[in-house]
Amino acid sequence: MIKLKDIRKSYTTGFNELQVLKGIDLEIEAGEFVSIMGSSGSGKSTLLNILGILDDYDSGTYHLDDTFIDKTLSQKQAALLRNRFIGFVFQSFNLLNFKTAWENVALPLYYQKVNRKERQGIALDYLERVGLREWADHLPTQLSGGQQQRVAIARALITKPKVILADEPTGALDSQTSYDVMEIFKQVNDEGITVVVVTHENDIAGMSKRIIRLTDGLIGESVVNEH
Amino acid sequence: MFDLDKWQEIFNTIRKNKLRTFLTALGVFWGIFMLVFLMGSGKGLENGVMRQFGLKVKNALFVWTQRTSMPYEGLPPGRRAQLTIDDVRAISDQVPTVQYMAPRMWVPSGEIVHGDNHAAFDVRGEEPDIFHIEAMEMFDGRFINQIDLKEKRKVAVIGHRVKEVLFENDEEVIGSSIRIRGTDYLVIGIFRSLDSDEDATEEEQTIYIPLTTAQQITNRHNEINWFVCAIYPNASTSKAETEIKALLRKRHRIHPDDPQGVRSDNIEEEFKEVNGLFTGISLTVWVVGIGSLLAGVIGVGNVMLIIVKERTKEIGIRKALGATPFSIVSMILLESVFITTLAGYFGLLCSSGIIILMNTAVGEGGEFFYNPQVDMGVGLGALVILVISGALTGLVPALQAANVNPVVALKDE
Repeated sequence: MIKLKDIRKSYTTGFNELQVLKGIDLEIEAGEFVSIMGSSGSGKSTLLNILGILDDYDSGTYHLDDTFIDKTLSQKQAALLRNRFIGFVFQSFNLLNFKTAWENVALPLYYQKVNRKERQGIALDYLERVGLREWADHLPTQLSGGQQQRVAIARALITKPKVILADEPTGALDSQTSYDVMEIFKQVNDEGITVVVVTHENDIAGMSKRIIRLTDGLIGESVVNEH
Repeated sequence: MFDLDKWQEIFNTIRKNKLRTFLTALGVFWGIFMLVFLMGSGKGLENGVMRQFGLKVKNALFVWTQRTSMPYEGLPPGRRAQLTIDDVRAISDQVPTVQYMAPRMWVPSGEIVHGDNHAAFDVRGEEPDIFHIEAMEMFDGRFINQIDLKEKRKVAVIGHRVKEVLFENDEEVIGSSIRIRGTDYLVIGIFRSLDSDEDATEEEQTIYIPLTTAQQITNRHNEINWFVCAIYPNASTSKAETEIKALLRKRHRIHPDDPQGVRSDNIEEEFKEVNGLFTGISLTVWVVGIGSLLAGVIGVGNVMLIIVKERTKEIGIRKALGATPFSIVSMILLESVFITTLAGYFGLLCSSGIIILMNTAVGEGGEFFYNPQVDMGVGLGALVILVISGALTGLVPALQAANVNPVVALKDE
């Protein structure tokens, strides 16, 4: 599903060039449930941004579902690929505050030009799946953190993506809610969707099937969890 | 292409930021309001002053003679040329740009009598062409015609004021007679002056009789006092003026450079000056109006920039979810066009309303202010400019928004 070869990425801040990724080789098969761990500054967020085509890379090759992701991709092509292949879940949920739960969930379909009525139907189905059907008409500010993250997950799932990319999805949640959220990811993964979670919490990483450790911009070790 | 989501988007933003939207809209509103209001007022002032000119033909030329100031061909200065009908006919023949020619003569008249009523009025000998030069209309009856001239008829066309003074309210005027210098004249018409107020009052106290009749009763055959002529509208009055004066000097042996001798008055000059004044005024109005419009439009652009900054995170989220740059651009553009158009439309509406109110308040009585009006074309043009400039000012922030790096945007708090 995901194939990275010798991916390098550096940022220039002032006069300093900071090498963040120093040649990442990584393969993630379809249907895997992988967590990427590493201390802060290890480059895990940068890696996730490149995987999500939110950021470009300097050198190397990236294949997503056998599609070569060119580093010189136009913004429009990147947007279309993101919309088709990838569902994002963020630490801070990133819901639009002035839209109701179902409108937030339905937003990716808006960019697929699905009409409003149809969008609403599909969005309600996905809210049902994360157990928030009754909260469909609430604004994000009226929901708890756990509920907001579940809305965000429903939003990530609505386009039937190949890969779910989650950046510290439990970072803002208490442990019980974190487990609930991870449980949802597990169910999603059971349906065959590839899930990649970035986290620095061991117990959260432990709920995935494989842990990849990142140290100083390089893949350190890759451990398969026994469940 | 009506897209409910996009419009909901716009209304959401507007609803969330009422004050900011209001202030932005106010800038545009004020801009177009000032432009249209100033132009309407300028037009009102112009109409008012132009009305002072009355409906007098704007290219009329008045010509008379004075004592010469220079000796010429052995003749001493101080002579005064007597204008004659022959001069007038010669001018009509030799100056092709003359459209109407009206020689005139004063008739010393004393009291004019009708029944028991009598009063002093000016009496003038006229030819039919004067009807096309002076601003006047027939109130009743007819004007002097060629047959009256030819037969030197004792007929009179009287001003409306003359009729009021000499005749009783219910009296039949046309066909009755008035006595001038002891002779009865048949009243054939009553005229009203279309000149500006003061001049009209004076003019309506005048009695016109055929020029030939006037010449006969004053025993001044062939002579006239002065004449007024109208030049064809597309010809130059000043050029005709020069030609006519040159011709008259030649006919009366006056030095070609004599500033006295033949004198003339040319309304065109005066008219041009006033016209120039109003060109200046309307230029000022345009500069000020467009300036304030521009200020409003720039204000919109400014606010749109701030909006984009504020919505950086939202734009980042949308991009992560698959929004193309185009969809972001169109979202921001629609918003700015919507605000400017709506505000501009209200501005147009309000200023037009006020101008209509002013028009009603001033009515017919305005001395220097009359019939303020807005050119619909200008109003619509301003609105179109507004929509386009709304789009243009939205464009920079919109493009900026489209180029927001989603990674950076998502970190924005």
